[in-house]
Amino acid sequence: MLLGAIVAALLATPALAADPRRPYVVNGDEIKASLTGRAGDPARGRAIVANRQVGLCLLCHTGPIPEERFQGDLAPDLGGAGGRWTEGQLRLRVVDAERFNPTTIMPPYFRTEKLARVAKAFADKPILSAEQIEDVVAYLATLKD
Amino acid sequence: MSLGSAGHVLLGLLVSLTAPALAQAPGERRSGYHDMSPSLQAMQDDEIANPGMLWVLDGEAMWNRKQGAAAKSCADCHGAVSTMAGVAARYPAFSGANPRPVDLAQRINLCRTDNQKADAYPYESKELLSLTAVVTRQSKDLPIAPPADPRLAPFVAAGADLFTQRQGQLNLSCAQCHEDNAGRKLAAATIPQAHPIGYPIYRLEWQSLGSLQRRLRNCLIGMRAEPYAYGADEYVALELYLASRARGMPIEAPGVRP
Repeated sequence: MLLGAIVAALLATPALAADPRRPYVVNGDEIKASLTGRAGDPARGRAIVANRQVGLCLLCHTGPIPEERFQGDLAPDLGGAGGRWTEGQLRLRVVDAERFNPTTIMPPYFRTEKLARVAKAFADKPILSAEQIEDVVAYLATLKD
Repeated sequence: MSLGSAGHVLLGLLVSLTAPALAQAPGERRSGYHDMSPSLQAMQDDEIANPGMLWVLDGEAMWNRKQGAAAKSCADCHGAVSTMAGVAARYPAFSGANPRPVDLAQRINLCRTDNQKADAYPYESKELLSLTAVVTRQSKDLPIAPPADPRLAPFVAAGADLFTQRQGQLNLSCAQCHEDNAGRKLAAATIPQAHPIGYPIYRLEWQSLGSLQRRLRNCLIGMRAEPYAYGADEYVALELYLASRARGMPIEAPGVRP
């Protein structure tokens, strides 16, 4: 009986580790509720935004992260993003900006369907996890000017 | 903004009836050469400093070497390699009875298998790059001149579709960067207009000469899309579309890029 429970727990582990996507509700151009039910961490969010392999943000955006040289300029400056948008608007812009702008170049960071020819290493994975997105949203919300 | 875009489309149609609607007007087209530092431009311009010329020289030696069961050299049929002037400017193109268009490297391999009775060289092998480089060098400064072959039209159109199709985990199309945002900065790099005029090209990042197919794979991997296998029809379609889009631009090969 106990052994059975342990085996069941072990079998369940991979599914838990595979970043189950949480359902979310879009209201207008916002996702009002946190994807995790908790507030993100702005310091962790800043590190994700700055990391060119994780957040990828600075490839296209310029942001107030002076230690990172060679920032992109083909997307809006992240400076002031928290003043321009509500937290809910920032969340939807990161999760799936195509919802309100079909021609946007912004990748859908939390979408795994309706994508073509995704490389095997990235198949069925969002670009960022729900926790990472909440951290990024928390950081962007601090960028008031 | 939309009036300007419509103007470009109209001008594109006037310039070439076969050019897909996305094609830019010739006046706005720009080689990535002009976005490089003066020292890299000088490296490309100087035959002694241009590392791609090492492949050209190797290719020149190979041109005269007898190969395969037929024991024939390229020169035995074609004469001097200078007779290849203008050939690279026309590729990809149909060749013989082959049912699909081929790019220049594939055309060279057809000569190997059909005429020299030798094995095809692998994609990106030193040998195939060298022969492609020496043949393309004979077209330096000549304008890209896709043949007026109606059989090519559906393949060019397929390439145009691929160019605008979103792909990969990042859900990007070629056009979103190389049409909509060319000239802007993607991190440190100025996004080029993606004209295929310097290939095979020496990239400092590669520390090697490489083909346009290799460069297309790089972009697909960056988009986190599954790259097509070397030699895939999709690459040839994209190469055809890019050639149609660059019609009239002078060949720089071997180009040098960071």
